[in-house]
Order: sequence, then structure tokens, then C-alpha cells
Amino acid sequence: MKRHKSNLEKMVKPYGKSIAIALLCLGMLGHALAQGGELRFCLRTEPKTFDPLKVEDDASGAIRYLTGGVLVRVNRQTQELQPELALSWKVSKDGRQISFHLRSGILFSDGTPFTAQDVAYTVQQLMDPALHSPTGDAFRSGPGNVETKVISPTQISIRFPAAVAGLDRLFDQVAILSEHSPKKEMAVLGPFMVADYKPGSSVLLKRNPNYWKTDSQGRKLPYLDSIRLDIQPNRDVEMLRFKRGELDLINSLDSEYFDKLAATSPQLVHDAGASLDSEQLWFNEVAKSPIPGYKKNWFRSANFRRAISQAINRDDLSRVVFHGHAQPAVGPFSPANKFWFNNKLKPQTYSPDAALKALQSEGFRVENGTLKDKDGNAVVFSIITNAGNKYRERMAVLIQDDLQKIGIHVNVVTLDFPSLIERMTRSFDYEAIILGLTNVDLDPNGEMNVWLSSSENHQWNPQQKAPETAWEAEIDRSMREQASTSDVKKRKEAFDHVQEIVVEQAPFIFLINKNALSAISTTVHSTSPVILSPQTYWNAEWLTVSAK
Amino acid sequence: MNFGRKLACAVLVLVMTASVAANWLAPAGYAKQYREATDAPPSSTHWLGTDAMGRDRFARVLYGTRISLLLAPAAALLSTLMAALIGGLAGYLGGVWARMAMAVTDLFLSLPWLFLLITARALMPLNVSPLVSVLVTFMLLGLLGWTSAARVLCTSAGSLRASDFVRQARAAGLSGQRLFWVHVVPNLKPVLYAQFWISIPVFILSEANLGILGLGVAEPMPSWGSLLKELEGLVSVGEEPWKFVPLILLVVVVTSFQFLLSGQEEVAA
Repeated sequence: MKRHKSNLEKMVKPYGKSIAIALLCLGMLGHALAQGGELRFCLRTEPKTFDPLKVEDDASGAIRYLTGGVLVRVNRQTQELQPELALSWKVSKDGRQISFHLRSGILFSDGTPFTAQDVAYTVQQLMDPALHSPTGDAFRSGPGNVETKVISPTQISIRFPAAVAGLDRLFDQVAILSEHSPKKEMAVLGPFMVADYKPGSSVLLKRNPNYWKTDSQGRKLPYLDSIRLDIQPNRDVEMLRFKRGELDLINSLDSEYFDKLAATSPQLVHDAGASLDSEQLWFNEVAKSPIPGYKKNWFRSANFRRAISQAINRDDLSRVVFHGHAQPAVGPFSPANKFWFNNKLKPQTYSPDAALKALQSEGFRVENGTLKDKDGNAVVFSIITNAGNKYRERMAVLIQDDLQKIGIHVNVVTLDFPSLIERMTRSFDYEAIILGLTNVDLDPNGEMNVWLSSSENHQWNPQQKAPETAWEAEIDRSMREQASTSDVKKRKEAFDHVQEIVVEQAPFIFLINKNALSAISTTVHSTSPVILSPQTYWNAEWLTVSAK
Repeated sequence: MNFGRKLACAVLVLVMTASVAANWLAPAGYAKQYREATDAPPSSTHWLGTDAMGRDRFARVLYGTRISLLLAPAAALLSTLMAALIGGLAGYLGGVWARMAMAVTDLFLSLPWLFLLITARALMPLNVSPLVSVLVTFMLLGLLGWTSAARVLCTSAGSLRASDFVRQARAAGLSGQRLFWVHVVPNLKPVLYAQFWISIPVFILSEANLGILGLGVAEPMPSWGSLLKELEGLVSVGEEPWKFVPLILLVVVVTSFQFLLSGQEEVAA
């Protein structure tokens, strides 16, 4: 098809290169002058606390990330640990002690000087059993007290009663408090500080005038004057406000909204690829559960579970349910976890025929379109999931259809969340569940409560007094092994082994890893969305907002 | 019958006929997933497009209509019968019986309906087929929805008990049971009919509410509630008007029932 040039194009073409260079210069100038301004986005719940040691919800976590100064920070892009308030650090061979060499001349937002004494105070507060700090729980590796030794104003050594795996990375979550500031936790070392809080409405963060970082030209960071966090639980309203230009970014976007926005404004949406979050299906393997014995036998058979896994079309789950913004899951860790993912694992191939053959080798047979076990029981089971989560409901319906192809009849039941939790954790009155795991920690230690057979969150068969199967005993041994050493190579080997066992035994049938989706206004500069939380504003001190 | 009621009647007959003929009008069926054509706009193959899982929306609307239109009257019948039994009898017997029945009714009325339905739904066995889930959902609606009607019937039966013709019949030596069945119940019929017609749209809307919350009829079976869930994303409303069809149909059907109801109220009066 011939394309006709417009008058404007004819006028511009002879001067095209010069105009382009001029526009580029103007853009750069504009960007350089764009220091200041306010970034606006939404928190989906009310922050429960401004005390960084008590954070357990996402909203409070976001405020901690933007206001808290930490000794070391996991770079959300490279996933590597980088120095912040600490210039350097060293973990002892036994994994029990960590020594930090701190920056000097740094002030809290209220002007109080920062010293090693503040780090000691923070650690003591963090480990105080009376505080019940969720952040502190990660450091509790054994009975006994934590010892802090302030060597000089810039040097400190912290000794734990037992080895803490991945000790240095855990300090990414520890925002340092001031021991002497009268403002207590409101005196911060991060790029922003809480300036105003209107419950139910918004939190206003203003630039910390004493923030220590500068750019390559010596200008003080952050560039932004303020960040306004509107408290808005309704995703539809958040989306409409973003479209109207009242918000600058949406940190975690739903795949349907992503596509709708992409259709009209593709420059605003960003798909950073597979995230750490997974969605999985599991069967009830609890011996005392009130389900028929023959069903328990199916669910406790690894061959049965593997066959089900093989009969599920994960590509369709990704394509149909998540509009392509999810990746078929391979195992317990997403490939997005660059270091800990076991690269030897291969995605499960979809093959209903192979699944049926595997079941037939176990004595199952198809009669009049219905799969029956060797005792003639029709293979019928229910999958429950939480009502209102349309993605899980849709996955359940697709799985229902997939399994129908091998003669398995699935009843999909959606329950309100409290009822589902009651069945899952107390009455164990369920057959299969689809739920998800939200991973915020790259380190496998964050999942000790899932993989240890004695744990409450070992969902398929929790709180076992002793491992009921040999493979669960092996997982327990490997998880403890990786947690008890600071040798990263040994830890990796041990956790690779855990991943292999989990894929082989399929206690969790991992379905997909959702992509990290976000929307960012073109008025926000220097963004680089990543898969780790917070995806869009992880480099908040470098962001600038130009005039609307 | 005025024009409005004639039109309402015609609409209901048309909708019901189309839903009963769903097997012929939409041979694709409500569960077949066209995974290569998800969220498709209307076309010659899929008259109302497809849903997020590639299922033919026209077929789902017809089958969903069938479920709502067949089972809402069944639930209404169940609740009316219960109301007649509890309210009618209590009103006729009067005294302590009436007070007891009304205390129970008040207790039921003070319970939050939706919460009660959600709780009852959560206590149900999980392994039931979609068809059984439909029946159970509407049966629950029927079993829990008799209270308002019972109050009305109790009052009506109480008035009848105190009426001159019942007193005369009693004075003439008629037994209590015969008096109830021969003189009281026939005079309660208009109220019973009115309560029956009132309940149908209420149950249709109740199922829709449950369906929107994802707690109604089990997948893959459709109902108006589950079809209305598609309208959750406000952003998409203007862009995909064909998704409004279940909502329009629900409004039209409920309005038609209300028109017929006004006729019943006139009869009752």
C-alpha cells in the first residue's frame, strides 16, 4: 500500500537530523531540570505501622522501603547485595557473626548523627522478644541472646547464638533506628521521611534533607520533592485515576488491565517477565483428613500426582488466564530467582496421553469416559479456591476441562477465604486446592516454613511429628543443611537437591509464575521496572517527574 | 390484563422459550472452551462473542437463563409453602403459637441473609456435581427466604380467624382442621400467589448476588450471577457493550415479573 506524505513531513524531512538533535538536547535539558516534583501512586491498604521493625503488611513495607536507611541493600535489578550505610561487611565462617564498617558523617532526617551505637540499638530492639518483630524472626536461628559489640563509631560486630543462613542479605529489611533521637522511628536515614498521614486517605513523604547520597555531579538525592501515597483498595479506581493522570504509576498490575491499557497506551505498560510469585495445586495428603481412604491412596501416590501434573496444559493457563503475562512454572523457585533456581530442571511437558498411560500402569482404567481406579472407584475430586480471585477460578475451570480429557471429573468449588483456610489448616476437609505463594525473599531460608515437614505451612501434610515419607525426610535434611552453613556453594547444592525432589514427587503441582506487570506515566523518568518488589520505585531516589 | 402486563407476559414467554430451546439455538454448549478465541467480540460463530475462557457467551446466557428461570420459581414455591405452613398455621391458631412462630420469624429476619447463605454454602459437601450445586443453591434460597412471606400470611390468617364467616362456621360446629382447609386456606390463596410472584425476582437477584461473589452455581454451569461477574472491570464497560446482555436480560425479566406481580396484588386486593 502506498503511503502519502503529509505536508508536515515534507516540510520537516530536509531538516530531519537537525530537528532530531535539537529535540534530543531539549529533552535532556528538560530531564536535567526535572529535579523536584511529586510522585503519586497508591497503597492498597492502610499502613499498619510506621515502625520499620514491626512491618508485616505491604503498605508499611512500601513506606519502610522509601524512608528506611539500611546497611546493605539487595539491588532489585541485579539481585546482588550492595553497600548502603555500611561500606563493607564480613560474615564469619560459622555464619554466626557479621561485622560492618559504616559510613561516617551521616545524619538522620532530624539531624541526629548516625553511629554504630544506632545499629546496636536497632539490632537489640529487633531481637527483643517482647516486640514480636516479623523482620526479627528471620534472624532467630536458635535459643540465646544476640551480642552486639561496638568497636568504634563506624565499626560494629553482631554475634548470633546460632548460624543464620544468608545473614548479610537479611539486613536488606532492617531499617536503622536512632537511639537518641526524640522522634524515635520517625527519624530516618532513607531518601524520604513521613511528613503527613491522613488515615484512610494518604501518606505524604517528603525529601529527607540529610540524605547522604549524591549523584555523579554532586547533587543531593533524591531528586523528587515528595511522594504522595493515596490509600486506595479499589483497583478499578486506581486504574481510572492513572488513566486520568492523577497517579504516576501502578506498581503491580493485573494482566487484564495491562492488556486494556496496552491497547490504548502501550508506552505506559511494562512487563518485566516472570516474577517470584507462583500459583500451585496440591492434594490433601493428611492421614487423618475426613476424606475416603481410596482417595487418600490416590493423593499420596507420586505417580498419580505426576500424571495430573502432566495432564495440565500450563501453556494454556498462561495464555488464556493471564493473557500471556505468566510463565509455565517449573518448580518451587521461579527462574526469575537468578541464583537459587535449579537450571537443571525442565518445564513439565503437557501430554494427556502420557498421563493416562502412567495412570494405567497404576491400575487405573477408562470406562465410558470415566477414569476408575483398580477397585472401580470413579476418579472424581473437588478443587477449592478462594472466591473472588478470578484468575484462580479460571485456572480451576481450565484444569477441570484438561482433566476431563483423561476421564477425571473435577468439581470446582469457590469458597470465601475464611472457610477455605478453615478447611485447609484445621478440619483438612478438602481434596485439592489452588492457591498461590507470594515470594518476597530470594533466599530459600524464607521458605523453611513451607518445606520442613514439621511446619504448619507444609500445606499438603502439615505438622508431621516425624517425616511420613522418605522424600520428605530428605527435604528436611537438605533444608536444614543449607540453613546451617554460610558456604554459599554448599547451600546451593542442598537447595538444588530440594527442588529436584519437589519436582519428582510433585507434592505441589506448580502451575505458573506470574509476570511482574506495572504501569508508569511518561512523566516519570529514570524508571526501570524489575521483578522484585517494589518493581517500579526500587530506585526512588533517582526518579524525576516532569510537568504534566 | 393491561398492555404492560401483556407485554411482560410475552417477554417472559419469549425468554423462557429461548432458554428451553438452548440445545438447538446454541449447539456449542455452555462448557466448550474455544481456547484459541478467548474474549472474542461477537461474530457469526459466536453471536455474543466468547468469555475469558473462550466459551460461547450466547450459549451461556441461554443456559444461565434456563437455570435462573426454572429454579427461581421452584425456590419461590418452596419458600411460599414453608411460609404458608409456618405463618398461615400460626396465624390461624393464634395465641402462643402465633407469638412463637413470629419470634422464630423475627430471629430469621434479623440474621444477615447473605452471610447466612455464604455460611450455609461453605458447610456444604465439596464433592457435588455442578447440577447438584445449582439445586442446592436454589434450595438454600428457598429454605432461607420464607420469613417475610410468613409474617404476611400470619397476619392474613389471623384476620381470617377473627372474621365473621369463620366465627359463624365455628359456631356451626365445624372442626378446626376442616375449617382451616375449607375456609381459611382458599381465602389465603391470593396472598399466597402474590407472595410466590414476589419471591421469584427476589430469588433471581439473590442468586445473582451470590454468583457475583463467586459463591453461587458451580463452574462450568452458567447462571446470571456468574455471567454478571464479567462486568466487574468497570474500565471495560464502554468498550464491550455485548457483555451487558446478561444484565439487560436480568433487568428485563425481573421488571416483567414485577409487572405480573402488580396484577396479582390487584387480585389479592
